[in-house]
Amino acid sequence: MIPTLEQIKARIEQSVPGARLEIIPNGSPANQPSLLVSNEHAVDVAKFLRDDSELRLDYASNATGIDWLEKVVKEKVKVKRMVEGVEKELEETVEKKTPAYLEAVYHLYSMSLKHGPIVLRLRTENRTDKTHLPSLTPIWRSCEFQEREIFDLYGIIFDGHPDLRRILMWDAFKDFPMRRDYVAPDDYEYEPTPHDAVLEKAKCHFPIVETPEVKP
Amino acid sequence: MIDEGLQNEMKKQGVFTTSLQDLYNWGRKSSVWPLQFGLACCAIEMIAASMARFDISRFGAEVFRPSPRQADLMIVAGTVTKKMLPQVVRLYNQMPEPKYVIAMGACAISGGPFKEGYNVLKGVDRYLPVDVHIPGCPPRPEALLHALMTLQKKIETDALTGEKRPRHLQADAPSEFPIPEFGEHDLVPSKNEQLWKPAPVVRNE
Repeated sequence: MIPTLEQIKARIEQSVPGARLEIIPNGSPANQPSLLVSNEHAVDVAKFLRDDSELRLDYASNATGIDWLEKVVKEKVKVKRMVEGVEKELEETVEKKTPAYLEAVYHLYSMSLKHGPIVLRLRTENRTDKTHLPSLTPIWRSCEFQEREIFDLYGIIFDGHPDLRRILMWDAFKDFPMRRDYVAPDDYEYEPTPHDAVLEKAKCHFPIVETPEVKP
Repeated sequence: MIDEGLQNEMKKQGVFTTSLQDLYNWGRKSSVWPLQFGLACCAIEMIAASMARFDISRFGAEVFRPSPRQADLMIVAGTVTKKMLPQVVRLYNQMPEPKYVIAMGACAISGGPFKEGYNVLKGVDRYLPVDVHIPGCPPRPEALLHALMTLQKKIETDALTGEKRPRHLQADAPSEFPIPEFGEHDLVPSKNEQLWKPAPVVRNE
């Protein structure tokens, strides 16, 4: 049996000193928590996960990117306050800002021990200028094309990748199309039944032409 | 021109008459050789059309040519991505006149289900002069055969002289079309302005 994520976390902390790990819970029905790894120790952690005799996670089946925008999360917090001389427990909503970052997610399996997946996450500092992450291609060769795809579509720069080029779009392309703020080139054409955003677009591309009313 | 009634009467007597134009067009329409290339799942239907059950050779179009120099017809079978388009236009330019284009399937016509994608061209008619459009996703082999018959009808009615003669008989008509460059955000230019104009829309609120 594969150890639980908590056990794995403890073992990594034992053998890779200084690695900062965090278990990210997953609220969906899949309930598959993942392990957030600090960037500077990611390669060491990956090496440990691959070589450890109990884990042997020798196969990275999937690497993908996620773009997280900055957003405001409302949280209900219980606060103790003095109300009219009596201490009472009140519920207050606190607004929290989550930082914006790009994320690379790796799904790891063990071919030799037939278990998995373990989900690894790496986060960039922000999503504008500090978008570097360590490449895990030296550990799992199967990440090579997938990290190139993440670089192509999200703009995460993988340090230590042997051949980091665009893979789907052409080399002169400057945008990152899977980012949430990507604006596609405006090559609109006729839509028979435009509505909402498409209607607005249709109005600016095809100005309304007044036709004379036809009398019966 | 011989009167049609007289022509039929002579045929009964074993005398076959024709015009140079009919002979020329008959020869061309009966040996439309397609270029052997496919871009996506529509190509599978194109292959099926060339197999025994549907048998595209009944129409003289079974000789799929691996070289554009020997091909008359380009069947754009599948999604044309922006990265692939310059190669498609280049292949078309390398085909000798007279040459025809069939846009097969929703993707080749308009981008199809991938129309809103960042990487998909919204219809190959933005860069190439398309003769026949086949709707469908993918179209059945019968639809491809019908498109071929439609193209044959078009070739049949071509005039050798006059204003309406086809492009390959006009000395000043273009036989090559500009190949777009890869730009920083899109293909440059994003469409061939001479070739493609969106349908004019009159709309009342």
